[in-house]
Amino acid sequence: MAAPTVTEPESAAIVTPELERAAERAEARRGFLISLPSFVYLILLFVVPLVLVFIYSFATRDATGQTVLEGWNLDSYRRLFSTDVLEIFLRSIVLAVLTTLICLVICYPFAFYIATRGPRARNILLVLVMIPFWSNFLVRTYAWRVLLGSEGPLSQLSELLGGEPFRLLFTNAAVLIGLVYGFMPFMVLPLYAALERMDWRLVEAARDLYADGWTAFRKVTLPLSMPGVVAGSILVFIPSLGAYVTPALLGGARTVLMGDYIVSQFLAARNWPFGSALSFGVMFVMLLATIFYFRVGARTL
Amino acid sequence: MNEGTAPRGVVDRLLGLNAWVVYIFFYAPILLLIVFSFNDNNNVGIWTQPSLRWYGEMFQDERVMGALRNSLVVAFFSTIISTVLGTMLAIALERYRFRGRGALDGIAYLPIIIPDVTMAVMLLVFFFQAFGLLGDLFGIQLRTGLLTISLAHIAFSISFVAVVVRARLSQLDSSLEEAAADLYANRWQAFRKVTLPLIAPGVAGGALLALTLSLDDVVVTQFVSGAGSTTLPVYVFGLVRRGVTPLINAVSTVMLVASMVLVGISLGFQRGAEARGQRLADPEALLEEITAD
Repeated sequence: MAAPTVTEPESAAIVTPELERAAERAEARRGFLISLPSFVYLILLFVVPLVLVFIYSFATRDATGQTVLEGWNLDSYRRLFSTDVLEIFLRSIVLAVLTTLICLVICYPFAFYIATRGPRARNILLVLVMIPFWSNFLVRTYAWRVLLGSEGPLSQLSELLGGEPFRLLFTNAAVLIGLVYGFMPFMVLPLYAALERMDWRLVEAARDLYADGWTAFRKVTLPLSMPGVVAGSILVFIPSLGAYVTPALLGGARTVLMGDYIVSQFLAARNWPFGSALSFGVMFVMLLATIFYFRVGARTL
Repeated sequence: MNEGTAPRGVVDRLLGLNAWVVYIFFYAPILLLIVFSFNDNNNVGIWTQPSLRWYGEMFQDERVMGALRNSLVVAFFSTIISTVLGTMLAIALERYRFRGRGALDGIAYLPIIIPDVTMAVMLLVFFFQAFGLLGDLFGIQLRTGLLTISLAHIAFSISFVAVVVRARLSQLDSSLEEAAADLYANRWQAFRKVTLPLIAPGVAGGALLALTLSLDDVVVTQFVSGAGSTTLPVYVFGLVRRGVTPLINAVSTVMLVASMVLVGISLGFQRGAEARGQRLADPEALLEEITAD
C-alpha cells in the first residue's frame, strides 16, 4: 500500500523538509508494524527451530538415548563421512541429478510446444499441467505403487504378453520414476514462463541472418530460456534430494535416501544429534547445487 | 508471439507427440487409481465389477472420518491465519521501506527453499524444547496435537502466501492507490476499496495454495502430531506403508477430486477478480467505488 505522504487537504499548503521526514518516519513505522506479526511468527517458528537443530547437531546422548545439551562435540559431523552415510548421500545425489536431467530433457520440448501454441490452446494446455501440479503428492505417489505392484496393471499386462511379472517396485528405478512423476510440474512451469516471455523476433532475426533452425535454437532460444532451465532444475533437484514420501512408498530397504534416513534418526533410532547433523549436511549439498546451477546459468547467458 | 516463427513440419509433429506422451504420463496413473477405486474386489489388482463398496466402507471407517475431520480443522485455521499474515508480510515488503526489511526479506523465503524433512525436524525439536521449557517454568504439560500441527502449517504457508501476493502487488500500478488518496480516501478506505480488490486474485491464490499445502502435508505433520491427532494424509501414509488396499484407493480418489476442485475454484476466481481489477483501472469506476459509502 503506497500511502501518500499528504492525506489532509489543508496540510498540503506548506510541505517543509521536517514534515516530509516525519511522514517518512511514520511510513517506516507503519511498514514495520504491518510486517511485525509475520516477523515474530517466522522468528519463533522458523529461525529459532533452525538454530535449535544446529545446536542439537553438536550435542551428545545419554545412556537411554535422550539428547543432552552438554558435552559439545563434532561426532555427529564426523559420522557424516563414514562409508555407509556417504553411500546414502551419493545415492540421493545421483537420483536427484538423474531426476533433474530426465525432467529437463522431457519438459523442455514440452514447455516449448505449449509456449508456441495460440493463446487459447496455450491456456488449456497449461491448466492440464496445473491439475497434477496441485494434486495431492502422496496420492500421486501412491498411484505408482498400485501401478508398479506385483499384482498391478503393468505386471498383469506383462504377464499377458507372455513376459515375466514386474519386479520394479521397491527398487531405485521405482523411486526414480516416482521422483520424475512427482516433481515434473516444477520443471514445466518455469521453463514455460521463460519461453513464453521470450522475444521471438530475435529468433526470426537469427533466421534472417541465415542461421538454420538448430543454430538459431542453440544461439538464441536456449540462452534466452536459461533462467527457466536454472529455476526448474533447482526446483526439481532440491525436493528430490530431500524426498521422503517417494522413497518411503516406492523404495525398498536397500534404497534408503537422505530424506528417509533423516526421518529414521528422529522417529526410530532416536539419535537427534546425528539426525540434526544430517539435516545440515543435506542443506549444505543443496546450497552447493544452487550455487552451481546459478554459475552454469550465468556462464551460458 | 509471431505465428510465422513457430517451428513447422517434422519438428512440430515430434513436439506434439512428446506433449501427448507427457500428458498421458501425467494422467494415466491418476485415472487408473480412480477407476480401481470403483472395483468391487478385496484384491486391488483384479477387476471384478464396478461398485461403490469402498466408498461406503470409507464413510463408515471412524478412523478415516476422524482423520478427515482433523485435516479440515487444521486446514481451516492454518489457511486463514497464514493468508492474513502472508498478505501483511507481502504488503510490508513490497510497499514500505523500514529497518530490518532486508533481513525479513531473506527469512521470508527460506521456508520455501528448505526441504520439508528439515522443516519437520526443526519443528519437532522446537516443540520438544518449548514444551520442556513451559513445563519447567509454569508446570504446564503440553502435548503435540492439532494445535502444533496448525502452528507448523502456518509456519511454512506464510511464505508461500507472501510470494503469491507479492507477485500480484509488484504488477500493480501504485498510482491507483495514490489516486484513491487524491480522491480523499483515507488509508483504510484506499486499502479496502482499491488495493484489496486489486490484489484479491493474489490473496485468493495464496489462500488456495496454503489450503492445498495444509491438506497435502505428510512429513511435517507426521513429526508434530500426537497420538489420536493424525490428519488424513498421515493416516493414509501409514496405511500405504503396510500395503495397498482398495479402501486407500477410494480415500485417495476423494483427496484427488478435492484438490482438482480447488484448482477449478482457483482458476475461476482468478478470472473473476481479473475482470474486477480491469474495471477498477478505469478512473471513473474508481471514484464511484470509493464514494459508494
